[in-house]
Amino acid sequence: MTDASTIVPPATDAQPKRPDDSIFRHARHIAAENPLTGLSFVLFAIIAFCALVGPYVVPFDPLASNTSETLQSPSLRHLFGTDLLGRDIFSRVIAATRLDFVIALASVALVFLIGGFAGIAAGYFGGWTDRIVGRISDTIMAFPLFVLAMGIVAALGNTVTNIVIATAIINFPLYVRVARAEANVRRNAGFVQAARLSGNGELRILLAHILPNIMPIMMVQVSLTMGYAILNAAGLSFIGLGVKPPTPEWGIMVAEGATNIISGEWWVAFFPGAALMIAVFCFNLLGDGLRDLVDPQRRT
Amino acid sequence: MLLTIAKRLITVIPTLIGVVVVTFLLTRVLPGDPAVYFAGPAATPQSIAEIRKTLGLDRPLPDQFVRYVNDLAHGNFGNSLSTGQPVATEISSRLPASAELTIFGLLLSIAVAVPLGILAAVRQGSWIDHLCRMVATAGVSLPVFFTGLLLVYVFYFRLGWSPAPIGRLDAFATAPRDLTGFYLIDSLLTGDIATFRAAFGQLILPAFTLGIFSLAPIARMTRASMLAVLASDFVRTARASGLSSRTVILTYAFRNAMLPVVTTLGMVFSFLLGANVLVEKVFAWPGIGSYAVEALLQSDFAPVQGFVLTMAVLYVALNLIIDILYGVIDPRVRLEA
Repeated sequence: MTDASTIVPPATDAQPKRPDDSIFRHARHIAAENPLTGLSFVLFAIIAFCALVGPYVVPFDPLASNTSETLQSPSLRHLFGTDLLGRDIFSRVIAATRLDFVIALASVALVFLIGGFAGIAAGYFGGWTDRIVGRISDTIMAFPLFVLAMGIVAALGNTVTNIVIATAIINFPLYVRVARAEANVRRNAGFVQAARLSGNGELRILLAHILPNIMPIMMVQVSLTMGYAILNAAGLSFIGLGVKPPTPEWGIMVAEGATNIISGEWWVAFFPGAALMIAVFCFNLLGDGLRDLVDPQRRT
Repeated sequence: MLLTIAKRLITVIPTLIGVVVVTFLLTRVLPGDPAVYFAGPAATPQSIAEIRKTLGLDRPLPDQFVRYVNDLAHGNFGNSLSTGQPVATEISSRLPASAELTIFGLLLSIAVAVPLGILAAVRQGSWIDHLCRMVATAGVSLPVFFTGLLLVYVFYFRLGWSPAPIGRLDAFATAPRDLTGFYLIDSLLTGDIATFRAAFGQLILPAFTLGIFSLAPIARMTRASMLAVLASDFVRTARASGLSSRTVILTYAFRNAMLPVVTTLGMVFSFLLGANVLVEKVFAWPGIGSYAVEALLQSDFAPVQGFVLTMAVLYVALNLIIDILYGVIDPRVRLEA
């Protein structure tokens, strides 16, 4: 199980400090070479906007059913049509952004804290810490990840919180791997030795000296896994775990629309599915773009 | 070679132990009392206590673990709460359906992804390279259940080319005699062309859905590793010796470039086995994924546990096969070991 991303690049700290404006020039260069990255920033702004204020600006109450307007195709009044209960799909898709976004963000934040810390500790201390963290990681990787997430949600109980936890657990090995590799190459770097000589404790070196240095690479990892986290959470709710109807959430909305697809009412499942796809696409592009920015050697 | 395989087999043991421990812990240690699950919603404290006793849940944890492993060793995965059937028989009867779908989907995606990746690498920067990049990014962004539904809408409802998404065969066809459990192979072996066509018709859409999903990592990896190999010295030497570019690309570069791709297959399988669950749900495919989903919704834990364990063991086995295959393809790996 090695792929391109396990290759550890040489530590980039040794590079001479560049003038501040060059990072922007570099960013512009990357945006020009790959216009999709620019697009992903725009998409991200839209998604963040929907998540923040979406529920307050939608034209209809996302939960209000209207029996006189069931299963209407998209029109000016109902941009994305209505579902079986006459609810406005446009309002539901926009309102769902927040929940999907929060689930993904919470799970990524959780794994960032736990996996990131475990990884740094494993890479820095080596020895038993490394062996234990590595063993936990390997055991998680021994499962097909979505299947493990299903099992965890089933065992912990069928709630949104547990979807967050399950998604965090299956991402754990990825964070450990990146953090471990990055901490490992820096464990005896000059600045770490200097910090140790000046009497800093190990924990302080870990958190105040090593962590800030590997932050950029970890942020890339965050944005790369955000997409996967959204996809995973939506997949779980598609099979009926976590989010309960009538809560608007993209995965469950696609599941609700699945029966309508066969009789031709495509819009019920299409728009939430498309929103999900665009969100994931955006985070993947964003992650690729950020990686090009932070670590050009890892481009594929 | 045998020694290499034996050494690799030994490394599987701790992984398997880890897998069994995790599946055990999933039910026993985490909050949520299995006895309450098994007793059902209308249980009294007495009946729960009784069930706890019959399940052995009142004993210390190590005892329970020994019992669990002992049961597993005898092929006993417990009984499903809702159907009363033993989980092991259900899973083994449904496994071929899932396997047929997954393997066919993987073959489809390899058939598209590998040529696409090679072309993208050979003509770097051309439209086909951009296409490859787009497919790779779009492929990982597509929720597999959504692609499945879109395909159903287009090919079943709009075009009418494919049959209704209702499982492996439509209601009027009869299943071929059970030889391998793979309908395509069984129907061919028994010479039943009509069933073969019916089964193939049912299989093609879900397999295609899975294929699209696994296309991205394979195409991306093929491209990256072809690029690396094409830039290497031995390819330059082959070119300089005047070999045709066809020979250079297919014989020299391709064979070497395939090695990292084989390794990525491990990751691809992790995705595929998970995506399989969603695809089975969309197409009402009677595999182990849909079995687990049904059980999940009824809080019927034994089938879910059996399913998670089966999937994990399968996945470990697949990774083992990939590693051994790697040793067969690449003699250097054998020498190192």
